[in-house]
Amino acid sequence: MRIVLPLLGTVAAWRDHVRRLAAEGVAPEAVRWTVGEEARDLLTVDLPPVPSRQLKIARDALEEIETALCHSDPERFNRAHALVLRLNDGLAWGDRTNPALRKLMEQAKTVRRDIHKMHAFVRFREVPTEGPRRAFAAWFEPDHHIVERGTPFFAKRFADMDWVIATPAVTARFDGTLHFEETADTARPPPDATEDLWRTYYASIFNPGRVMVKAMQSEMPKKYWKNLPEADLIPDLIRGADARVREMQAREAEEAPERRRAVARSMAMPERPEPEAGTLDALRAQAAACTRCPLYAPATQTVFGEGPRDAKIMVVGEQPGDQEDLAGRPFVGPAGKLFDEEAEAAGLDRRQVYVTNAVKHFKFTPRGKRRIHQSPVAGEIRACQTWLQHEMGLIRPQLIVSMGATALQSLTGKGAGILKRRGGIEEAGDGTPILVTVHPSYLLRLPDPELARVERAKFREDLARAATYL
Amino acid sequence: MPRTLTEKLAILSDAAKYDASCASSGGERRDSRDGKGVGSSGGSGICHAYAPDGRCISLLKILMTNFCIYDCAYCVNRVSSKVERARFSVEEVVRLTMEFYRRNYIEGLFLSSGIIRSPDDTMADMVRIAKTLREVENFRGYIHLKTIPDASPELIDEAGKYADRLSINIELPTERSLADLAPEKSVQGIRQAMGAVRLKREESREKTHTGKARAKFAPAGQSTQMIVGADAADDRAILGNASNLYANYGLSRVYYSAFSPIPDASKMLPLVKPPLIREHRLYQADWLLRFYGFEVDEVAGQGMLDLDIDPKTAWAIAHRDAFPVDVNRATREALLRVPGFGVKTVDRILDTRRRGLVRYEHLVAMGAILKKAKPFITLPGWQAKGLEVADLRARFAPPPEQLSLF
Repeated sequence: MRIVLPLLGTVAAWRDHVRRLAAEGVAPEAVRWTVGEEARDLLTVDLPPVPSRQLKIARDALEEIETALCHSDPERFNRAHALVLRLNDGLAWGDRTNPALRKLMEQAKTVRRDIHKMHAFVRFREVPTEGPRRAFAAWFEPDHHIVERGTPFFAKRFADMDWVIATPAVTARFDGTLHFEETADTARPPPDATEDLWRTYYASIFNPGRVMVKAMQSEMPKKYWKNLPEADLIPDLIRGADARVREMQAREAEEAPERRRAVARSMAMPERPEPEAGTLDALRAQAAACTRCPLYAPATQTVFGEGPRDAKIMVVGEQPGDQEDLAGRPFVGPAGKLFDEEAEAAGLDRRQVYVTNAVKHFKFTPRGKRRIHQSPVAGEIRACQTWLQHEMGLIRPQLIVSMGATALQSLTGKGAGILKRRGGIEEAGDGTPILVTVHPSYLLRLPDPELARVERAKFREDLARAATYL
Repeated sequence: MPRTLTEKLAILSDAAKYDASCASSGGERRDSRDGKGVGSSGGSGICHAYAPDGRCISLLKILMTNFCIYDCAYCVNRVSSKVERARFSVEEVVRLTMEFYRRNYIEGLFLSSGIIRSPDDTMADMVRIAKTLREVENFRGYIHLKTIPDASPELIDEAGKYADRLSINIELPTERSLADLAPEKSVQGIRQAMGAVRLKREESREKTHTGKARAKFAPAGQSTQMIVGADAADDRAILGNASNLYANYGLSRVYYSAFSPIPDASKMLPLVKPPLIREHRLYQADWLLRFYGFEVDEVAGQGMLDLDIDPKTAWAIAHRDAFPVDVNRATREALLRVPGFGVKTVDRILDTRRRGLVRYEHLVAMGAILKKAKPFITLPGWQAKGLEVADLRARFAPPPEQLSLF
């Protein structure tokens, strides 16, 4: 049986035929498919009116089959026909060890690549028009039958202009709606002036210091060159590259006059007034450049304390976390939010307290796109003690709230046994009372909801007690 | 005499070519089917042309101006260079982008700039270009803005509103070399800017108090570029820095750019051919870190990557006790470490394993490169052999070059 498919709408027509053939029980080998213009009336002439049979094919399988049907291989219709029947009979889709499926997937991939190259290498030229919209035209030569499948992309992208993409067989025309027709006119659109700007860009963006012709040609094979306005520049660019590199190297660098560099430098780095020595601002500026322990290296920045200079209460946490490191401010991450909630409930106004950390850089190990928190070790806590002590010296709080083992270690020299010590008042080196409590991140980590509730309540009590110092 | 548009384009694209990134993929799906604008984006990017340097041309990659008050030794546009200078007006950049886009030459704009007057002045002009494209021209293609590290947070906010991607170059692998070669830049300033962009992106993904979605902020993420071979940093330092950047700021990509001799080069720099193969090995190693579960010290523990063989094969040869891997039993993690097996291949193997035994003959269909994989695997139809030979490396490395005789 010979079936002639139309040049336009080939795939849809094939699908209709296959449904009818399946209903009639015609074997795929018995059909000879061709594509041509005389197809139009054959459908009704050739086929007896048997109701078509619904075939059950997975959506992604059908998508792949219809893509593969755009391939130029003349056997594609028979192969797809046979495959559709086998899939309907239960052949598992996606098995690459099956030669028929693999062949189809490879052809679909070839077609997708051809479509991708069409999206890449169509070059529009502006053409005169009477209409209100600007008009463009392009000539393109694909390897496969991809015009109908490949041009809706252009309709989505260039919706506010009229355009035509002509290929040797089929022409796509867009005027707000996409139409297809058999190509009548094979004349190339005339070049437009913007092409010269594009050629200038192409030649200038090329780096003669790294010529890799093979890499270029594997992605932009020569068969496309004849319709690319920039391609005839390529031979000269390659030929001249070595000379251009030699010329660059020969050109002895001559430094600009010192005066010009100095002016530029002063513009680039305007002098900022230094904060007055002995103030919190001066301390903050010093701490920003701290390299007393290795923690500074992978971190974003030093996260210094913040709050009123005359705060009566100073809250000391462990170290900045992921969010604090990015924002440069303490207590803004999940633990900080929990602290804010509980402090508010306890009547402790965060704006009235000075909040800071025992260690001022975030310690972590990178894991893909995340950072895993690490507790600071004794040496790192010690290295950072200077900053905490200076903060204490300037703020002179009536009470220090020490949250977690690291803060306790830094403030009292001993971090062990926090759960036994929590709720008690200890003393800092300078005699300032220290209220011992847990770190809010400990509360976030408790897996048992009942325990978490109890611990949260105790934390709130601790903060309420601190609030009496306000 | 004022320069023509063509002259400006020649100068300002020449000045932009040392930036490796040309990606236009990812981000927000947009199109112009409503007929009110032009352009589309989202999904995989498109390379509209390739230059003879093998690099893809996807975007109109230009500098707004190459006048610059900074003096970065590796940069052709530094204040002390005698290179020709030019400056585009906002309208000129907009016009070039639109006219190139309409002819299907490009996916969009990658705009960078020398620093003129001040970081804020420069950033404000760049933002104006992006804003004009989006709001006046209704441009829905891709925009990548190179952010100026010290620009004010308000300008970065605006930039992220119009751009698909923001990037800030880390420039050099170590703090020390940045201080030596780019005296006006600071690692801390660059990292703070990246941190701010990450926070903005995360914030934009959260719903507002009333449950509405927020405006998109740089939906295609942020990226950075590191110059390779302009200083003495080894590959371990480079990859260590990269993995830190991925973790800290959730970067979409770190680009490695082999230092390229530039016209009018500073005397501080080597006048060498760019180490292209080193750049290539770094990209391979970067992939191993991001998609194959390798750690920096596993691939670059020696300091430098092997230039003759790819880093995965190098690791496998050095860890023969982990092989041969039984293709039908091994975990995903173990399969990912087999040379010649990519992520897709491994997923296909796992998929096929659910249906039955994977045989040697099946592997090609799954995309494996058998020449590389052969010594390291065992499965029906094949027995690993050759693992015990001493010169396994020689099988993969190119033959030594013969000395030339006069």
